[in-house]
Amino acid sequence: MSNNNATQPEISKNASRGSLPPMQVSRKQAEKNSVAVMCADNVNVFYGNTQALYDVSIDIEQQQITALIGPSGCGKSTFLRCLNRMNDVIDNCTITGQITLNKEDIYAPSVDVVSLRRKIGMVFQKPNPFPKSIFDNIAYGPRIHGIAEHKDDLEEIVVDSLNKAGLFNEVKDRLHNSALGLSGGQQQRLCIARAIAINPEVLLMDEPCSALDPIATNHVEELMWELKENYTIIIVTHSMQQAARVSQQTGFFHMGSLVEVGKTEQIFQNPVDKRTHDYITGRFG
Amino acid sequence: MRNEDSLYQKKRDRRRLFADFRFRVYGILGLVLAGSALLFLLGNIFSTGYSAFQQTVITLEFNLDAEILGVTSTASPAERQEANAAKVAKNGLYVLFPEVKKSKDKRNLTKLLSLGAELDIRDLLIDKPESIGSSVTLTVPMSSDVDQYYKASLRGEQFQSRLDEQQKKWLQILIDKKIVEMQFNTDFFTRADSRYPELAGIGGAVVGTIYTLLICLLIAFPLGVAAAIYLEEFSRDSFMARMVEANINNLAAVPSVIFGLLGLAVILNVFGLPRSTPLAGGIVLALMTLPTIIIACRSAIKTVPPSIREAGMAMGASPIQVTFHHVMPAAMSGTLTGTIIGLAQALGETAPLLMIGMVAFIANVPGAPSDPATALPVQIYLWAESAERGFVEKTAAAIMVIIVFLIAMNLLAVLIRNRTRISNK
Repeated sequence: MSNNNATQPEISKNASRGSLPPMQVSRKQAEKNSVAVMCADNVNVFYGNTQALYDVSIDIEQQQITALIGPSGCGKSTFLRCLNRMNDVIDNCTITGQITLNKEDIYAPSVDVVSLRRKIGMVFQKPNPFPKSIFDNIAYGPRIHGIAEHKDDLEEIVVDSLNKAGLFNEVKDRLHNSALGLSGGQQQRLCIARAIAINPEVLLMDEPCSALDPIATNHVEELMWELKENYTIIIVTHSMQQAARVSQQTGFFHMGSLVEVGKTEQIFQNPVDKRTHDYITGRFG
Repeated sequence: MRNEDSLYQKKRDRRRLFADFRFRVYGILGLVLAGSALLFLLGNIFSTGYSAFQQTVITLEFNLDAEILGVTSTASPAERQEANAAKVAKNGLYVLFPEVKKSKDKRNLTKLLSLGAELDIRDLLIDKPESIGSSVTLTVPMSSDVDQYYKASLRGEQFQSRLDEQQKKWLQILIDKKIVEMQFNTDFFTRADSRYPELAGIGGAVVGTIYTLLICLLIAFPLGVAAAIYLEEFSRDSFMARMVEANINNLAAVPSVIFGLLGLAVILNVFGLPRSTPLAGGIVLALMTLPTIIIACRSAIKTVPPSIREAGMAMGASPIQVTFHHVMPAAMSGTLTGTIIGLAQALGETAPLLMIGMVAFIANVPGAPSDPATALPVQIYLWAESAERGFVEKTAAAIMVIIVFLIAMNLLAVLIRNRTRISNK
């Protein structure tokens, strides 16, 4: 925990640097390039009497991929689930501290969880398509949020999302077949397509490749690179190689605290904290 | 040392294999025993009951004389209802035996005919008043005693009949004239209960059962599913929730007659619903079926993987949307199967219906759920304790009908389960 004090200035330094390479402007907010979309401030999470997270503070930057790494049970998934309030459904889970999306507290009583989750999409560890057709899987979000007014609009969104997820060519002939007939990798890309169909600002990915083979993993990683142009992505991963490959910013969790956060190259080449160094060199974890 | 070990091992293996074999033999024996018991039961019921689907009928010419009937073709339906159809029916038989003169013999002769003959003639008078004054040929049922005797004689059985020698002789004359025959007994399926076995049918009981089950379904299904959804998806794990859960499980084990008492005390006496009606019966059976449906629906909901719920929530669906768009469609097959099994249970239930008066003798087919009616199992119970011989085959036949109902419902449950399983693939 003593580290938090050390890491916090680090974050603000990163945030204020603003020297990131210019990105393709495809969203309104893109001009405020270096502005943090989501900020977590001293987040503590308790499951009953057990504390799962200790004073986690991190800034998530716009249109970047932030990787959260750490050994199993270190709290990285818990933290990710706090970001779109998926922990709300767990009965004895309490959260203190502040998490903001575009400077608005997402745990404020006035916030509607449903519309919050519209802005913060999520992809899970195990592909979990609905037991419906491929089309209906993707059309579900736009339907319940009333995004598409006409049938044609809906079809456009579905095709567009599938295209973005690089899945359209593989499934265009069987859009109305059950999604459960797809392979694991295809299902995961379908889940990503489903998440981006409602055009979220932030995309949370909880170990999206852990159930996939290397080829499918490669697909998904390439997809993340493309999605980065339009979305802010936070990915929890067990694979340090994956974090090094895809992310610009990396946070290292250990025993419920965020030990170190910084630019990915810096974390992997020149970690400040000894525990980070030990973990990425494979001494534990 | 090694050798000893392997010898021991061999022995052990042989014993294990034998135990395996023994267990399989026990299983097969058990199946054979259960199967033969079922076959015996079904065979017994079928051999007693199949004859109820046939009825001995006689084709006679009836003279619809206006004078004898006491009405003309222009009389109102109410008057025609009062016409002396009985006399016409008797005359139809008397003309074949002009030698019978004594009134005592005449009375014995008319015992060959069923009351159904009179009823058929009256129906004709009401439907076709223009036939009054003419002569019609009708096929009418014969009395239960004749029916039993004739069926037994066709089977070549010796039968202790209630017919006396004279009546048997008359019957033989009629048989020789080839106007007596066996016919498929449609009355059995359309008529309600009657004091005369040859006129008693299960139509009233079947309709009563259908109304009762419909009421039961309409109440128990929505309530049960709603309760299961609330308990499984929305209620927090509190002391109250656990109490409710324990009580639901207990309720499923409460003897059905207790539900009948509850119905008598609350539904009839407090709410004042009409006695002996499918409405009251359905409510009582709904109370009885409710725990079954709740338990089935809850376990179906439990089998829906949480990842589906998470997926729905992460897409920004509200808890209600997650439940109705994702959880319930996946849990529907289990819920429907449980519901049908619960209804099948309710179908065979007699005790609670006895308590709310559905055991009454009701000779009309009910037209609405609020009409007095009886149900199939109660009808079986009623007939089973009748002294008349003609009711024995009726009882068995009614059991056959209820078994057909049960098999149909269980098949439906299997069908629903298979269909949804395929569509999930």
